[in-house]
Amino acid sequence: MSSERHGPWSLAYRRLRRNRLALASLALFVLIVAFVLAAPLWADHVAHTGPNATHTTEKIVVDGETREVVDVEGKPIGPVWFGAGGEFFLGADSGLGRDEMVRLMYGGRTSLMIGLSSALITTLLATALGLLAGYFGGRTDSIISRTLDLIWSFPVVLLGIALGTALAVGGLKIGPLEVEGNSLWIPILIIAVVMTPYMARPIRGEVLALRQKEFVEAAVAQGAGSLRIMFAELLPNLWSTVIVFFTLNIANNMLLESALSYLGAGVQPPNSSWGKMVSTGVELIYTAPILAFAPGLMILLTVLSLNVFGDGLRSALDPKSKLRLEAHTGTVEPAGTAV
Amino acid sequence: MARFALRRLAGMVVVLFAVSLVTFAIFNLIPNSDPAQRLAGKNADAVLVKSIEEDWGFDEPLPVQYWETMKKIFSGELISYGDQLNVDEKIVEGIPATFSLCIGAAAIWLFFGILFGYLSALKPGGWLDRVLTVVAIAGISLPAFLLAAIFLYLLTFKLELFPAGGYVPLTEDPVDWAYHLILPWFTLAILNIGFYSRVLRSNMLDAMNEDYVRTARAKGLSERRVMTRHVLRNSLIPIVSLFGLDFAAMLGGGAIIVESIFGLNGVGQYAAESITNLDLPPIMAITMFGAFFVVLFSAVTDIFYAYLDPRIRLEASAR
Amino acid sequence: MSSQPLLSVGDLRVGFATEGGRLQAVDGVGFDLAPGEVLAIVGESGSGKSVTAQTILGLTRSPDSVIEGSVRLGGAELLNAGEAELRKVRGARVGMIFQDPMTSLNPVYRVGAQIVEAIRAHEPGTSKEEARERAIELLRSVGIAEAAQRVGDYPHEFSGGMRQRAMIAMALALEPEVLIADEPTTALDVTVQAQILRLLEDLNRSRNLATILITHDLGVVAEVADRVLVMYAGKVVEEGTLDQIFYDPQHPYTWGLLGSLSRLDRPRPQRLPQIGGAPPSLLAPPTGCAFRPRCPHEFGKCAEVPALDGRLPEAAAHRDRCWLDPEQKAERRQVEGGIGLEAPS
Repeated sequence: MSSERHGPWSLAYRRLRRNRLALASLALFVLIVAFVLAAPLWADHVAHTGPNATHTTEKIVVDGETREVVDVEGKPIGPVWFGAGGEFFLGADSGLGRDEMVRLMYGGRTSLMIGLSSALITTLLATALGLLAGYFGGRTDSIISRTLDLIWSFPVVLLGIALGTALAVGGLKIGPLEVEGNSLWIPILIIAVVMTPYMARPIRGEVLALRQKEFVEAAVAQGAGSLRIMFAELLPNLWSTVIVFFTLNIANNMLLESALSYLGAGVQPPNSSWGKMVSTGVELIYTAPILAFAPGLMILLTVLSLNVFGDGLRSALDPKSKLRLEAHTGTVEPAGTAV
Repeated sequence: MARFALRRLAGMVVVLFAVSLVTFAIFNLIPNSDPAQRLAGKNADAVLVKSIEEDWGFDEPLPVQYWETMKKIFSGELISYGDQLNVDEKIVEGIPATFSLCIGAAAIWLFFGILFGYLSALKPGGWLDRVLTVVAIAGISLPAFLLAAIFLYLLTFKLELFPAGGYVPLTEDPVDWAYHLILPWFTLAILNIGFYSRVLRSNMLDAMNEDYVRTARAKGLSERRVMTRHVLRNSLIPIVSLFGLDFAAMLGGGAIIVESIFGLNGVGQYAAESITNLDLPPIMAITMFGAFFVVLFSAVTDIFYAYLDPRIRLEASAR
Repeated sequence: MSSQPLLSVGDLRVGFATEGGRLQAVDGVGFDLAPGEVLAIVGESGSGKSVTAQTILGLTRSPDSVIEGSVRLGGAELLNAGEAELRKVRGARVGMIFQDPMTSLNPVYRVGAQIVEAIRAHEPGTSKEEARERAIELLRSVGIAEAAQRVGDYPHEFSGGMRQRAMIAMALALEPEVLIADEPTTALDVTVQAQILRLLEDLNRSRNLATILITHDLGVVAEVADRVLVMYAGKVVEEGTLDQIFYDPQHPYTWGLLGSLSRLDRPRPQRLPQIGGAPPSLLAPPTGCAFRPRCPHEFGKCAEVPALDGRLPEAAAHRDRCWLDPEQKAERRQVEGGIGLEAPS
């Protein structure tokens, strides 16, 4: 059969290509990324304004008619679409009169950036810890697992809040490394650390299972050192799991960031993200619903596209996998917590 | 069984201690800023900061600091410097609302999750199955605040079907209590129903291929009995531990947002307000109690799980 | 012995729709089972023996399966019977035990409770206490010591042999006329295997319990069977009494099975004769005789599927599916003084 000539990667690639839903989701995600990357272009050439520029007392011409950006009662103008040539496409946000569309695009950059960076860090940390704990076992495993369990004991959002608020006030200073309270690194690092146990545990489980297999024994018999075994034998077999987890983790991290920023424990001013925009939008929900729904919808679409694509990736890489839709808790085997 | 339970609870105490250490570390040990300053919050002046320093023992060695902090939290003397209110009292006040929200939402999502999961396992590939897949993926992708905002806008503002918020205590008026909680309940429940129904469905489909199900049929049991007493019963077991984790996580996290959007005056809303004011003592207390609850609940869940699956029970006590 | 067969299977065909196409697991199998008789069905995995057994009780019914033919129990047709009717037969008139007693018992219920469940499903008027007493008595009757305590234990607290005994007890709880045992000893220790077989033999004799014993192990067959059916690739390739099969086997596949048994009463062969090759794919079965690719004695006529006939004038009930005539067979089956598959050199 011709499938014998193809390695597991090309088989997976072909399966993925046939999954039109997954491909559509990937396309959606790419579109969203393009959307936020286009922020400076839109800001300069279409909206002629920046994300933080206020226009409280200004007037614009919409379809020939002159209207105030913020009216006398403080109500911002609603979506203008292309009526003013693209300016205030989605209207103005709050009494400050900032261009909502421009803010949406710039806010998205922050959200995506935080999601992607924290996912990268989580994946690196989780893979390293999972490998070390699973391979070495014994005391190393004990220490790592206990630490992870300890982080796990804190409800994710609460822990994020605790760290977020504690660090927002004064920032962080470890030796020569100094991070300001409103730096984006703070939410990135917090989210990365908080989500690590959810990925590290399943990876550790896989490493434990892989360790029993013959090819590892063979490598040991050949005199290979621990590092070599971990990198050359174990890691290649973990790739498909890691890739899927990474994708789903971006989604989860974005949800966490939006929740934290919504509450005020995530992204700090002057930075903004979609989550933060929703929280200001909710205050005006009855008068200007678009301010809450636009960023909220963007979060939903981004996370949805990542989840669907991640699920498709998973079935392409391992069709018999039972790890379906366990994204949000990250648990592989919901078989009770470790004693 | 009792031995297993005791050992599990004993282990729990150790974890609780570790949790308190970590909480202490987060709030009092972060390098860079002055913890007293942080605790003093926004309205700090030098006098306040100094008195906090003394009160909390920041000039003393670490173990003393830890002791002082814990004493404050547990003796009910923790004061929020921002609004001069007793933190522990406010937390206790908020508990009924928070529990009403979480337990109600959990009941709804468990009931419908199990029901839909059961039905879709009976007809895999059918329309219910496909609808639930969509609902499940949507559920895990929706931010809680978006769903809450949609409900608020459509059902309380545009359609005026439900109150826009506020909490009515159960003891005062059960009907009104429920009426005010319906939207918050469904907000939290919808996020989870799809996921749980899919997990149950998947467990059931696996169980249906098991040998003991074949034996049950060969014994001449009715199809309904085979499905409920053998397939469903065994499939529910993993759901228990999943639920344990989720419920505790929701109590500690998801509820915060829903409470604040719907103005339920629970512990979650208190936490949300404290964040806005960057008022640390309440956050510290809530974080610790939240984690305590998770640890406690997960121990209880483990014990219950062992009760449900006799293999674990006997295996554990053999160790 | 009455002349009316208790169970009569006629031209049974069971096919499954799979990703790779239609898989014909059972292709025209028929046999009769007399009251109190022990019939062994022998074959390797993929021969269709388990599917045949499970189809008798309608356990293979599914949207993906196509079942044709006839299964008559005491005259009543079971093959297309409704679920309600089938349920009355299962457990009450035909009991069945399976290969792996560990996975065949529900791990979260006590053993006694599972037996009680079987009893009360068919006799709903029975009280729980009464059913429990019966369960204890049943466990005792299959040789489980301290039955009164054991009845409250969970399956994983039983040893492998005890679990299988408990399964037998459960299968016999309602005193069925037929017991189908699907590879009952395969998952067990050799010493335990002997015990279970003895138990089955006792039960057969003491209760006149007709038994269908499915196995791949001819050694098991030799202990308990009255008649033997040899299956290959979904068809019966030889059937006869125990003596006929063991002392006068007519089909090359049977020779292979017998030849590969190590015998204590013969000089040790240079090497154990094996059946070369592998069982055929049931998705794309070979044309003609299914055994042809592995048979050293095949010739031109084998391109045509052999009919299942009795070719020995003195034993019409001893049937086989091989075109060779009896003299050729008697000659060719001798390998180093014993019965084996390879053509004698």
